[in-house]
Amino acid sequence: MINFQKIIVITGHYGCGKTNLAVNLALHLADRGEPVTIMDLDIVNPYFRTNDCKALFEGRGIELVAANFASTNLDVPSLPGSVAAKIRMGDGSLILDVGGDDAGAVALGQYAAMIAEREYEMLYVYNPFRLLTAEPEAAVQSLREIEAAARLKTAALVNNANLGPLTTPETVESGLIFGKRMTELTGLPVKFTACTKGNEPATGGGDIFPMELYLKPVE
Amino acid sequence: MSQQYMMKGNEALAEAALRAGCRYFFGYPITPQTELSAYMSKRMPKIGGTFLQAESEIAAINMVLGASSVGARVMTSSSSPGISLKTEGISYIAGSDLPCLIVNVQRGGPGLGGIQPSQADYYQATKAPGHGDLHILVFAPASIQEIVDLTGRAFDKADHYRMPAMLLADGALGQMMEPISFPDESEEMKLPEKPWAATGTEGKRKPNIINSLYLNPNKLEDSVRARFERYETIRKNEVLYEEMMTEDADLVLVAYGITSRICKTAVKKARAEGIKLGLIRPVTLWPFPEEVISRTAEHVKAFLSVEMSMGQMVDDVRLAVNGKCPVRFFGRTGGVIPTPDEVFDAAKDVLASAGGDK
Repeated sequence: MINFQKIIVITGHYGCGKTNLAVNLALHLADRGEPVTIMDLDIVNPYFRTNDCKALFEGRGIELVAANFASTNLDVPSLPGSVAAKIRMGDGSLILDVGGDDAGAVALGQYAAMIAEREYEMLYVYNPFRLLTAEPEAAVQSLREIEAAARLKTAALVNNANLGPLTTPETVESGLIFGKRMTELTGLPVKFTACTKGNEPATGGGDIFPMELYLKPVE
Repeated sequence: MSQQYMMKGNEALAEAALRAGCRYFFGYPITPQTELSAYMSKRMPKIGGTFLQAESEIAAINMVLGASSVGARVMTSSSSPGISLKTEGISYIAGSDLPCLIVNVQRGGPGLGGIQPSQADYYQATKAPGHGDLHILVFAPASIQEIVDLTGRAFDKADHYRMPAMLLADGALGQMMEPISFPDESEEMKLPEKPWAATGTEGKRKPNIINSLYLNPNKLEDSVRARFERYETIRKNEVLYEEMMTEDADLVLVAYGITSRICKTAVKKARAEGIKLGLIRPVTLWPFPEEVISRTAEHVKAFLSVEMSMGQMVDDVRLAVNGKCPVRFFGRTGGVIPTPDEVFDAAKDVLASAGGDK
């Protein structure tokens, strides 16, 4: 069983799969019987958001706090006052799904002081199959930019190596090699590998967090 | 196999343009295409290109005109309201016989509309991308890989025919992620010679003049007629489309871009229930694949045009069918994406009313 802090802050480079991980994590913690709140703090992405899984959360008793105009026809990046209230006083587990890159992490920065007062862990999710962060050095640079914008420190890395429907166990395994190099560069451990069922790497390589795909291309 | 990446449509389009030799991008941000210009702003300076965020869409399209005049491979991108602002410039570019790439990642309209995906700019792209007698090449990708493949092709065809090309996508394609690979990079890319470009005569030849103003109406008529002769060649040679299960189909869906993906799911569902649906997917919207639709009309009971609009492409389907069988329409608009079940139900309704054997 993978242990988590009460506040889990999910960051990462753009398009690394943060939201799909956040949704899976919320469902996983809810299944453990914990009260769970998930926050859609993405001020960058107009579509494919945590908020799109609203019905799913309602069915599982997960509380959703979303940007005011998430999934609407309006592109206004404003966050509700309840974000701060939940961070200060929320019970149970709190998952913060943050927008990609440092641009997305800006929204997190305003809550940095109140997050730091509680037990939290900031995770950095990576997928080596994203072109602009296809080198560990580039991913580390993005991690540092996110930390600067968020004004919080990363606790661990999450391997989310994937090629969508073309993902194989080898795809996921290449993420472990990538993660080793990131660990060398930063001293941060890879906390776990997130992958869809059937794509678990053959050689083990730490904890596996099995996921379903909730944010899919339109078909 | 070449290296694969997970990319968003907007990013893949930008990267494909860079790999196709585009070194000039002029744009102005608008959701849901902003990742495209954001990507360009990061990458262009690293490869010696120019990224410029203009003061407006109108300024950006006129910078495209300028860069194209001197032979640069150049592009701009926007979303629906921004494309409306660009239409004057597009007309000037077409009237000056200049190549360029224009990207429209469509969103809901009219007016400010909304940021959710739409296909309601079909008329604008194919009938009136600017004032005057003109056409532009219009490509409609349906996957992220096809965005990559068509971007290079659009640049090449624009250069070949000396006219603007448009990639007509929509917000969903711009935002969603799929695995892609880029064309083989080992071949050294050579951009075509542009002897017409206004790059300076060095005293060795007559000046090249880039212009769309004609003082003599007969001269203007001659230039438009010459351009329309070229358009006829394009109609003959540049049509692209995909067919799915049309041979024995009772009803053929016609859909492009994101909607064609939903239609494919609907066709598979229908076939599993023994209902003979098929699909024709135009890949070029101008030139429109008239011939295959006309030919298919000989043996199907009806067509159903499926669009994220109130019905625009359906007019071109009707012209191609030319009364040989009924042509119906199903669509959602305003940023709403139809579901495969909605399409399937609409198809069943059309089949029920079409009745009888062909």
